[in-house]
Amino acid sequence: MKILVCISKTPDTTSRIAFIDNNTRFDESGVQWIINPYDEWYALVRAIELKEKDPATVLHLVSVGGADCDPILRKALALGGDEAFRINLQSNDSFAVAKQIEALCKKEQYNLIFTGKEAIDSNNGALGGMLAALYQAEYIPLATRFELTAEGCSVTREMDGGEETISCSIPAVISCQKGMAEQRIPNMRGIMGARTKPLHVIEPEQVKELTAITNYQLPAPKAGVKLVSADNVAELVRLLHEEAKVI
Amino acid sequence: MSVLIIADLQNGQLKKSNAEIISYGAAIAKQVNGSASVLVLGNCSDNLANLGAWGATNVYQVADAALSEVNPSLYISAIESVINQIDASIIIFSNNPTSKAVAPGLSARLEAGLVSGACALPELVNGFTVKKTVFSGKAFADVNILTAKKIIILNPNSVNIPYTAVESKISTITVSLPASSSRKVTAVNKIEGEIPLTEAEVVVSGGRGLKGPENWGVLLDLAKVLKAGTACSRPVGDAHWRPHHEHVGQTGVQIAPNLYIALGISGAIQHLAGVNRSKVIVVINKDPEAPFFKAADYGIVGDLFEVVPKLTAAIQELHAAG
Ligand SMILES: Cc1cc2nc3c(=O)[nH]c(=O)nc-3n(C[C@H](O)[C@H](O)[C@H](O)COP(=O)(O)OP(=O)(O)OC[C@H]3O[C@@H](n4cnc5c(N)ncnc54)[C@H](O)[C@@H]3O)c2cc1C
Ligand SMILES: Nc1ncnc2c1ncn2[C@@H]1O[C@H](COP(=O)(O)O)[C@@H](O)[C@H]1O
Repeated sequence: MKILVCISKTPDTTSRIAFIDNNTRFDESGVQWIINPYDEWYALVRAIELKEKDPATVLHLVSVGGADCDPILRKALALGGDEAFRINLQSNDSFAVAKQIEALCKKEQYNLIFTGKEAIDSNNGALGGMLAALYQAEYIPLATRFELTAEGCSVTREMDGGEETISCSIPAVISCQKGMAEQRIPNMRGIMGARTKPLHVIEPEQVKELTAITNYQLPAPKAGVKLVSADNVAELVRLLHEEAKVI
Repeated sequence: MSVLIIADLQNGQLKKSNAEIISYGAAIAKQVNGSASVLVLGNCSDNLANLGAWGATNVYQVADAALSEVNPSLYISAIESVINQIDASIIIFSNNPTSKAVAPGLSARLEAGLVSGACALPELVNGFTVKKTVFSGKAFADVNILTAKKIIILNPNSVNIPYTAVESKISTITVSLPASSSRKVTAVNKIEGEIPLTEAEVVVSGGRGLKGPENWGVLLDLAKVLKAGTACSRPVGDAHWRPHHEHVGQTGVQIAPNLYIALGISGAIQHLAGVNRSKVIVVINKDPEAPFFKAADYGIVGDLFEVVPKLTAAIQELHAAG
């Protein structure tokens, strides 16, 4: 079994969000980078569990991005995984990123590819579906449970109004969310071991971008809270009914 | 240029979200001097003629039973075939688990630029630019779609476009679907009797301030009089006080109801990331310094166990009067 986990680098969840260069670029100054939580807590940990169950499993990690992804990949290697690849392309276009990962998949012939449900900066939730279409693999997004079976895999996913369990063949691309696994913290042995694990840097394929971000904006600040006294709950009801018109 | 809107169906019924995506698609059709068509995939027990109310001139249906389950590759083939038959160039989806399974693959197949999480009509001044939410609702990005064919996934409850009713022409359309794969649905677990969080117009949410699962009665009573969906903060989900699917925030469900009422939630930045697109936020917290008040429209500083039952009673009174 050969598994690939897609790791994206995102700003820490408490980062100050601001933009520079005439609002065309995210202000990275002072930002601490983390592994996108869905990729770390769910996709990577579930893949590590599969490798623990079957040590013959080969577990690779990939990030498409610049050199600042390397510490993120090292941290992921410290949690688990055999080798990491960084494809040296910086792009906000999911298709351009998916094409890079597809090229790696074709070369390495992965049976399973895990992604996060979405990157907490792009909020696209698009990469896995694109990759599955390109690599001609089954696609199951928003997965909350994953098991290997004789036929391939059995996966539970969120759907409108509940959950469904799907059985399908592999190769498959699975986008992972809460429920898949429990968050882990890297231990000292993992951290030391990660230093010597291979981290390959690959130059990207030439691909066209289908989209480009032209500008960012911050939301207009809130007008400020209207406080109502705890003894006058009826006033809150009146405001919600007459002023906000939401009840 | 013609616009194709993928109807939002659940259990063979049209969802409320269709009003928003169809009126959005019809408004884009006007911008580009084209027509708006709706595609209904699979069987549908509702009257498709109703879709004209929101501005759909044509309604196409592929009534193939194979489409009753969401299999991405079948859906992608069906939509691609319809796009070719009616020469559609702008495809609209509503943001939900089905579109998440289908739209990205369609984008890759057609090499059509995708904007996922759109929240406004496109700007056509410099190319075709669509605004979307990024950084978990903490910012917006304008995304230029560079390709002739374009795909947009619209966030629910984000645009409010007046409808223009038209007479719609309904027709069936045939597509050839690929041989079915080994993929099959082996179990379905529906959440019964609850309002799905992402569709609820009002959401009442509880945090650690409720102290324990046994205290949820006050919250559920309020939710009941408001016909609201119920949500919770992450620690509440993690402690199994409430089911996981109620956890909202950066790492949970992201919602945008008309009204979000937070009870005993401090308003950590990761929590806000899941609820900051709500139109109106009400916070009830005993700590006047709770960060949530900064993100709220209305607030009460007080003990939720005293305030909430009074609030429930006052709303009941309002309903009785109105
Ligand atoms: C990477 C990351 C991702 C995260 N993702 C999420 C997420 O998706 N969603 C999420 O919610 N959190 C998330 N968190 C956790 C988040 O940082 C907070 O810890 C969490 O939201 C706090 O939950 P809470 O408000 O219920 O509890 P607390 O912070 O403990 O707040 C309880 C509040 O209740 C009030 N209170 C107590 N008693 C009463 C009373 N009787 N009446 C009225 N008020 C009362 C208190 O004043 C307090 O403000 C994440 C954290 C990290 C690091
Ligand atoms: N640049 C990238 N490199 C590697 N994986 C990525 C990259 N961008 C996104 N992903 C993966 O795709 C998932 C969904 O990302 P997105 O479509 O951007 O929301 C993420 O959770 C990652 O697993």
